[in-house]
Amino acid sequence: MTPVAHRVVSRVQETADTWTLELESLDVRVRPRAGQFDMLYAFGVGEVPISTSGDHEGDGPLTHTIRAVGAVTRALCGLDAGAVVGVRGPFGTEWPLAQTAGGDLVIVAGGIGLAPLRPAVRHALARRDDYGSVSVLVGARTPQDLLFVSELEGWRARFDAEVDVTVDAAATGWHGRVGLVTTLIPGAVIDPANASALVCGPEVMMTFVVRALVDRGVPLDRIWVSMERNMRCAVGHCGHCQLGPTLICRDGAVFPAPAMTRLMEVREL
Amino acid sequence: MGADGLTALVEALRQQGYRVVGPTVRDGAIVLDEISSADELPHGWTAQHEAATYRVERREDDAVFGWAVGPHSWKQELLPSRVRLWRAAARNGDAPAIEEEPPPDRPLALLGARSCDLHAIAIQDRVFLEGRYVERDYAQRRDGAFVVAVNCGEPGGTCFCASMGTGPRAETGFDLALTELTEVGHRYLVEVGSERGRALVSALPVREASEDDRAAATKVTDDAVDRMGRRLETAGIQELLAANLEHPRFAEVAERCLTCGNCTLVCPTCFCTSVEDVNDLADGSAERWRSWDSCFSTEYSYIHGGSIRRSPRARYRQWLTHKFGTWFDQFGTSGCVGCGRCIIWCPVGIDVTEELAAIRATDGKVDRGNAG
Amino acid sequence: METLDELIAHAPVFAGLGSEDLTLIAGCAQNVGFDDGELLFREGEPADTFYVVRRGRVSLELHTPERGGLVIDTIEPGEVVGWSWLFEPYVWHFDARAAGPLRAIAFDGACLRGKCDDDKELGYELMKRFAQVMIDRLQHARVRLLDVYGGVGVG
Repeated sequence: MTPVAHRVVSRVQETADTWTLELESLDVRVRPRAGQFDMLYAFGVGEVPISTSGDHEGDGPLTHTIRAVGAVTRALCGLDAGAVVGVRGPFGTEWPLAQTAGGDLVIVAGGIGLAPLRPAVRHALARRDDYGSVSVLVGARTPQDLLFVSELEGWRARFDAEVDVTVDAAATGWHGRVGLVTTLIPGAVIDPANASALVCGPEVMMTFVVRALVDRGVPLDRIWVSMERNMRCAVGHCGHCQLGPTLICRDGAVFPAPAMTRLMEVREL
Repeated sequence: MGADGLTALVEALRQQGYRVVGPTVRDGAIVLDEISSADELPHGWTAQHEAATYRVERREDDAVFGWAVGPHSWKQELLPSRVRLWRAAARNGDAPAIEEEPPPDRPLALLGARSCDLHAIAIQDRVFLEGRYVERDYAQRRDGAFVVAVNCGEPGGTCFCASMGTGPRAETGFDLALTELTEVGHRYLVEVGSERGRALVSALPVREASEDDRAAATKVTDDAVDRMGRRLETAGIQELLAANLEHPRFAEVAERCLTCGNCTLVCPTCFCTSVEDVNDLADGSAERWRSWDSCFSTEYSYIHGGSIRRSPRARYRQWLTHKFGTWFDQFGTSGCVGCGRCIIWCPVGIDVTEELAAIRATDGKVDRGNAG
Repeated sequence: METLDELIAHAPVFAGLGSEDLTLIAGCAQNVGFDDGELLFREGEPADTFYVVRRGRVSLELHTPERGGLVIDTIEPGEVVGWSWLFEPYVWHFDARAAGPLRAIAFDGACLRGKCDDDKELGYELMKRFAQVMIDRLQHARVRLLDVYGGVGVG
C-alpha cells in the first residue's frame, strides 16, 4: 500500500505544540471512522500513525490533529496550505458508537486523547436521541494545553450535554477546576449501570480512569480504551505494535477494557 | 534417481529460468546462496550443532544433505534483509509520482528446504499473504517459487521438529521432495508434490521407485525422529506463557542474554521489519526501504517519551512469549518450527527448550521484584 | 430537602460512624453560604473551622509573589475542605475560596478537637477518616506530578 497524495487545505494551531490539518485527496478518498487512524507521510521524512479527529461521513476534508513530538510530526505540523502529504489508511478499530447507543455515554479524554474522541462526541451530539445523558470529561496539563477550546465551549453551552474540564496544574487567571481527571467521575450525571465509557489519553491516566469508572459502577465491559504502541507498517506485517496477544494496528487501537486491564498491569509489556 | 540426478535437477531449473538457491560451504558454514551447478552443493560435509556451537566437518561419505540447518533460512530470499519498496520523484508542488519496486527478474527455486523450514515458510505465508493485507514484495518472491524439499536423515544436536510437529518428514508445501539414501549406492527418492514438480521430473534421470527404495526412505525419517537433539513439551504452552508473564525465569535468563538479537536473525519465522524513509537532497526524490528489525533492540518499542521494553528481561520475555504463545493469538499457529537455530547461534547458548521446561516446572511462580 | 443531620450522616467522610457520634458532630455544625470568590479561610489563619461542600466547588490556592494566587486543587460536592484543624499546629496551609456560589456545612473544629481529647475513640474514628482524605489527595497530587500529558517542551 503506497501513500495517497493529499493536499493541505488548512492548518490550525490548537496549542503551543499541536496543530490540526485538514487534507483533500488528490486521488482516492480516505475515510477513517471515529477511532480509526491513518499513516501520515511527510515526504522524504517518514510516516506516523495519527488518529482521525474529524468525521468523514459527508464530503468534508480529512482531519487530523497532530502533536509535534518528533521529526516526522514536526515536519507535518510545519506544512502550509498547499503542501502535499501522503496518507495510507484507514486502519484499526472504531469507537463502538452503535453498540453504546441506548444508554448514557461518558467520554473521558486526557491531553491529546481528546482528538481521537472528538468524532465520537460529535456523533453522539448529532444523533442525540440515540443516547441517554452525554458527559464529556476532559483533563489537560494546564489551561494552555486544552484542545478545541471553542468547540468545548460550544458543547458545554448545549442544554443536553455535560462538559467538565480540569487541569493538572493551573496558571494565573484560571478559575476552573484543578485536579486529576478522575475527580470528575464521581460527579458525572450518569446512571452507571446503564452507561458506557470511551476513554483516551496516556496509559497511566486511562488505568486510573477505568478504575474510577468501575468504582462508580460502570461495568468493565462497557468501557473502551484506545491503546498505543510503536507502529511502522499499520498492516500487521512488521510486528512492532504488539501488545501481548494483540496487534494494535489490526485489533485496536480501540479495545474493550476487559481485554486490556490485565495487560496494562504487566510492566514493560 | 542417482547421485548425478542433482546435476540434472539444478540444470533443468536453471534452464527454465529459475534462480536456484541452495546450500553451499562458505566461510566455515553451510550457507544458502545462488548456485550455478550441483557441484557447489556441500558434498561430503556435515556440521556439529550444539548450544552456542556450530562447526562444519568433513564426512567420510559423499552425502550432500547429511546435516540439519545452517545460519541462513529461506527468509533471506523471501523476506530479504533490506529491500526498496518504492521510490518517489518530487514534482514541484504536485503529488510525487510513486513507483513501486518491480518483482525480481527471475523466479526463485529453493533447493534443499527442510521440513522445519517449509513450515516456517507456511507460517510467514500466513502473516504476509493470508491477513487482511498482502505484503507485496513477499508475494512477488513467493509467487511461482519452486520448492525442492529434502527430508532429514541427520537431525542436529539442537533439533526438535518432532516435538513441534514440523518434521523431520516433509509432508506438504513442496514441488519435489528428495530423500537421500547412502546405503547400497548413493541415490535419491524423489516424491512429486505438485503438477509443476511432475513436469520437471520428466527432465530428470529417474526410474520408478521400488518398494525397497520407499522403505529405505521412510526408515531415514523414522530413525531421525528418535535422534532429535532436544525435546519440548508443547501441551498448553500458549496458556502456560500467558499465565506466567511475571515468572522469575525471565529475570534469570536476562542475566545471560546479551540482547544481541542473533536468535531473531537466524529464526526462520521471525518476520519483524522496519521501514525507513530516505530522501535525496539533490533531486528531492524519496525512497522507502524495508529492513529486518529485532524486538531485542531498545528502539523497537519506542513511543514518544521512551521505550516500553527497556529491560533485557522484558525483551527476552517478548520474544519467547510471542514465539511460543501469542503467535497463536495473532496468527493461529505456533511461531516455532523446532529448527534449533536460536540455540546454536546464541553466543551464550540460551536454550529455549530448557527455558520453557523451567517455566513449566515452576508454573505460577512470580518474580515479586519485577512484577507489576 | 435533607435536614442538617441527614446531610452529615450521608457525607462520605462520616460514613460508618455510630448515631451517637453523628449527633455529637451535628451539634458542632451549621449551614453556611459563600459568594463566588469569597474566602473560606486564609493561609496562616488558625484552623478552627472545616467544611463539607454541599453545592458548588472550592478552590484551594497558594499565593506566590511572582504569579499571585494559583489554584492547586479543587474540592467537589460531598468532599471535605480542611484537615489542619485536627493536626498541630492547627493552622491553615493554603487559601480556600468559593469557585462559584457555594453552600456548605461548617463544623466547629476547635470544639470537636476538645471532644476528641475527652473521647479517644471518637478521636480515633475521625483521625482514620481524615487521614484517608489526605491519602487520596496525596495520591492524586503524586500522579499529577508524573506530568503524564507532557506539554510544551516536554516529551
